[in-house]
Amino acid sequence: MAMLRGRGYASVNYPTGMNLGGDPSQALIHATTTGTFVISLSSVDLGQGIKTITAQCAAETLGLPIENVLVDTADTDTGPHCMGTFASRGTHRVGNAVIMAAAEARGVMLEVAAEELEVDAGDLETDGTGYIRLKGSKEKSIHITDLALAAHFKHGRTISGRGIFLKEPSAPVPETGEMDPDSCQAHACTAAVVEVDDETGVVEVLELYNAYEIGRALNPAMATQQVEGGAWMGLSHALFETVEPYYPSRDHGPRDFGEYLMPGPADIPVQHSLILERPAASGPYGAKGIGEMTANAPIPAIANAIFDACGVRLEAMPFTPERVLRGLDALRADTATQDAGPA
Amino acid sequence: MPSQIVSLVVNGEPREFIAAPGMTLLAGLRESLGLTAAKRGCGQGTCGSCTVLVEGQARAACLVAVETVAGLSVSTLEGVATGGELDAVQSSFVDNFATQCGFCTAGMIMVTEALLDRDPDPSEEDVAEAISGNVCRCTGYQPIVIAILDAARRRREERASR
Ligand code: FES
Ligand code: FES
Repeated sequence: MAMLRGRGYASVNYPTGMNLGGDPSQALIHATTTGTFVISLSSVDLGQGIKTITAQCAAETLGLPIENVLVDTADTDTGPHCMGTFASRGTHRVGNAVIMAAAEARGVMLEVAAEELEVDAGDLETDGTGYIRLKGSKEKSIHITDLALAAHFKHGRTISGRGIFLKEPSAPVPETGEMDPDSCQAHACTAAVVEVDDETGVVEVLELYNAYEIGRALNPAMATQQVEGGAWMGLSHALFETVEPYYPSRDHGPRDFGEYLMPGPADIPVQHSLILERPAASGPYGAKGIGEMTANAPIPAIANAIFDACGVRLEAMPFTPERVLRGLDALRADTATQDAGPA
Repeated sequence: MPSQIVSLVVNGEPREFIAAPGMTLLAGLRESLGLTAAKRGCGQGTCGSCTVLVEGQARAACLVAVETVAGLSVSTLEGVATGGELDAVQSSFVDNFATQCGFCTAGMIMVTEALLDRDPDPSEEDVAEAISGNVCRCTGYQPIVIAILDAARRRREERASR
């Protein structure tokens, strides 16, 4: 009886967004009297970080500090329309819509600033700290707070913008099935190192190496979190999750989410993650979507590592001790028949 | 059984509120006192998102009937920062990106506070053990474990430099 080590890898190509009957998202942005830019969205942040990413996109486009941006996802009934946060479309669709809205608002901001400073709007620049100024000049400048006040109370202007991103519908060509279903694709590879106990059938994942090509990583720390949190979910699918009892009696199965088995803090592998950036032409500042894909590659990588470790080729998840042991038994039975020679 | 007035010392302040029979400590904190950091994930003691400290011990507030802790001191995440300054555990969670959706974070931090109070130098296994009753569905736990070990280091350094 032995602890058997194995390594395996698997790759994934992953589409950003979907098509169906066209895939739009909208964004509206306006400046308050004191120069906070409020982005109204119907896209919901359920922890994936769309508020942070859209605030970054708006701040970058406006040329203002991120503290000047407030993302409001309050109400899907009254907000500008969004198809939803799924298909890893949020960053791509909503990011693009926000950039478009912020670009329009920036245009108005510079027009009003041009009037205030009595210069040409084309000669203005933002310095990233909250000032709009004549290019290269220290004196001719105005802070966004003063500018927003002036826009409201002196010039009667709204500093605002509208944005929409639409992935147009693309019906398949009947003869060939050809279509344009997504906007870009992210790519990834996971390598898993596992240890299989051939006595108990227990598989332990020791290490995961994650390499992700995701366009531009708008927020590298959040992208890495997504990769590693997703890999944990992949590991969970691969080794743990089932509503079936592991052993003959139904009593060993979970009865609720509290008993539904997923890896805990003592079951986690060491993860090493690498982000590769090849900006996508259609993405907001080059970003692609990496939602669900992060749980994909770890599963076949672990299956391949189990095969490498002990020769058992598992095709149904989860890779429970029972399945590993049955696989080992089948291998032994095969060897026994081979040894016995042709009947 | 009629409702009764319950007094607790919450984050160092005496507080009183009216509790219906069977009201949980979690409901008292969230609904009567407006302290919403502790979250109700499962309501049955299996997720840890409602963790608070009662007399310094980590407890699942969803399982504690509030009248059973009358007069005792309760600490919640709201009381962890002092004068707007994050404590070592909080700033370590921020710096190590140990939170994504944040639903588990209040519980994770409170469990860590209790852990570091009794063991200033926990091993990785001790940390995994301490948070084993706290479910996180976003991070995969690795950044949380790293943040807790880092928080322990920071707190030891704080103590040493005092
Ligand atoms: S809500 Fe108390 S443990 Fe889940
Ligand atoms: S950060 Fe979402 S549950 Fe832990």
